[in-house]
Amino acid sequence: MRHVISVTVENKPGVLAHISGLFAARGYSIDSLAVGETEDPAVSRMTIVTRGDDQIIEQITKQLRKLISTLKVQDLSELDYIERDLVLIKVNVPAGKRSEVIEIVNIFRGKIVDVSLREIVIELSGQETKVQALIDLLKPYGIKEMARTGSIAMTRGAKK
Amino acid sequence: MSQIGADILVDALEREGVEYIFGIPGAVLLPIFDRLASSKVRFILTRHEQGAGHAADGYARASGKVGVCIATSGPGATNLVTAIATANFDSIPMVAFTGQVKTPLIGNDAFQEADMTGITRSITKHNFLVKNVCELAGTIKAAFHLARTGRPGPVLVDLPMDVSMAEYDCEYPARPNLPGYKLNGRGNSRQIKMAADAINSSKRPVLYAGGGVISSDAAAEVYELAVKGGIPVTTTLMGLGAFPETHELSLKMLGMHGTAYANYAIMESDLIIAVGARFDDRITGRLDAFAPEARVIHIDIDPTSISKNIRVDVPVVGDAKGILQAMIPQVAEADRPEWLARVAEWKQRHPLAYKQEGLRPQYVVEQIYEATGGKAVITTEVGQNQMWAAQFYKYTQPRQFISSGGLGTMGYGFPAAIGAQMARPGEVVFDIAGDGSFQMNIQELATAVGYELPVNVAILNNGHLGMVRQWQELFYGRRYSGSILEDANPDFVGVAEAYGAEGLRVTNPGDVRPAIEQAIASPKPYVLDFVVEPEENVFPMVPAGSAINKMIGGMA
Repeated sequence: MRHVISVTVENKPGVLAHISGLFAARGYSIDSLAVGETEDPAVSRMTIVTRGDDQIIEQITKQLRKLISTLKVQDLSELDYIERDLVLIKVNVPAGKRSEVIEIVNIFRGKIVDVSLREIVIELSGQETKVQALIDLLKPYGIKEMARTGSIAMTRGAKK
Repeated sequence: MSQIGADILVDALEREGVEYIFGIPGAVLLPIFDRLASSKVRFILTRHEQGAGHAADGYARASGKVGVCIATSGPGATNLVTAIATANFDSIPMVAFTGQVKTPLIGNDAFQEADMTGITRSITKHNFLVKNVCELAGTIKAAFHLARTGRPGPVLVDLPMDVSMAEYDCEYPARPNLPGYKLNGRGNSRQIKMAADAINSSKRPVLYAGGGVISSDAAAEVYELAVKGGIPVTTTLMGLGAFPETHELSLKMLGMHGTAYANYAIMESDLIIAVGARFDDRITGRLDAFAPEARVIHIDIDPTSISKNIRVDVPVVGDAKGILQAMIPQVAEADRPEWLARVAEWKQRHPLAYKQEGLRPQYVVEQIYEATGGKAVITTEVGQNQMWAAQFYKYTQPRQFISSGGLGTMGYGFPAAIGAQMARPGEVVFDIAGDGSFQMNIQELATAVGYELPVNVAILNNGHLGMVRQWQELFYGRRYSGSILEDANPDFVGVAEAYGAEGLRVTNPGDVRPAIEQAIASPKPYVLDFVVEPEENVFPMVPAGSAINKMIGGMA
């Protein structure tokens, strides 16, 4: 089962290595990992998408809490939350196909951020499923390059 | 005159009450060693950094304080890795200082540079690279706090040379700054009540005590609970001494080489009260067959240990001592005559035993027990020597048995004995060793002689890597591949004497006791070379993948 875990950590060198080292050493999966500063410059937030059964997820959250540099660990999958993944896709646009591709982009309410003779670069942010749907629709045209941030997430409603 | 980093370090060590720092100097540590010379902290020079690390570890286990070691950058620091991993696996409070190249050179493949924070990340409770002299005092404070609180563990502090030479005036902070570190305290009162209720309604309870009882200083509470509730007690290797093995409720050690009666008792129990133990595979054997009818209470300071291997019915997270103190008043007095009679019968029908012909290693351990009145501090190496030391000495006090349990590090026992002797001057210390293990840190004879430590080494010399040989005999058709030492073993007595220690070789059972007494009486380090039966096996034994009540075992 897919779980989204939000971890706030001390914003210090080596912390990212510590967390990814933990996952590697214990054989936990990382589907995606996004990290950045928060409203407090001493604190970073890491959003990790992982998968496993209940026992594995319990061990993952406990092991993350045990790390000295982690401040708070939340398994968002059990809560009401907002999730966004940002992707840049450089897609092949053969002659005559450009309007088709633009139509797809509009349906998804994505943006076109670069245009050249045979390629366009599309930017889209949304839930992982929406992003994946766009990627699947663009595949037949030939995706030349793709950069994805991985999910970031936040609980809805008042800050707990 | 303002201080430099090295002064701050030495000052910090003194404030933390550090008596000894074990290690070896090197280029990047010169500023620190210069200041250390005039400090109250006594530096103990070992002959290998691994020896220094194990000595700090043995000191910590024997005293309950934080063990401190120091190594220079590069190879000195990497030599500490095994010792740090050993301490990590057994949750021992330790602070390891490693020198590092000057900060501008870090990451440039400088001479004697090693990425110690990277290398030790998975084997330390936490580690620090101090990049600025102003962070030094706070970091050291944090390091000691982390090492000794919660679930103890080794902490590494990497010190670049320029930081130790930099000038600054810093205040030693009152409290360490660790926003992400919260201590689990007293246990949830509802869980504690649930646990007490479970004990009161159980018919066949067993107390399973591990190293956490000793870290928490909870032996008295375990004793009170056992006696009040009529509960037999078994311990892990790390928990030996947490409950007096001379008491009738003691089942001694359980697991792969534990007593048969401890294994039968826990497999037939209806309630396991686990305190400061982690259900390691050496204890449980085949997990799906382990204690099928038992509910499990698990008292532990570390939530990651709970429900990791087996399903726990009543988890209680927190410090064992405090939790037991809150729980005992809610536990009813009980005699449990039928259960205790069953246990007594198992003890009577399946005692530890061995053949009495020739010179047997088990006999040597028993004689050490008798000669020391059961009061010595025993360290061990790893393998058969370790198992016989666990089985045939009766431990009654915490911090009496010192052994590498989780990592199983050969070469641990002798330097650990040195550290333990420093922590317990005036007490008798014995390292029970194998001929393979003892050679791994044999150079520390120089340390023992140099500091006049009367440690005693009892080599159970069977000319082989004994435990490997045993498995090869039982499961690999007696093909002794790579496990034969006797062709090239040295004259251990000669080696001891060459270092300035004393030694004696024993081949006759009748000479065992007098030799031991001679060693104890000598003020010098003493190596006893007991030439024992070469193909003796440790029994009982739970083969890998078996349930723990399916032991193989040639009893006498």
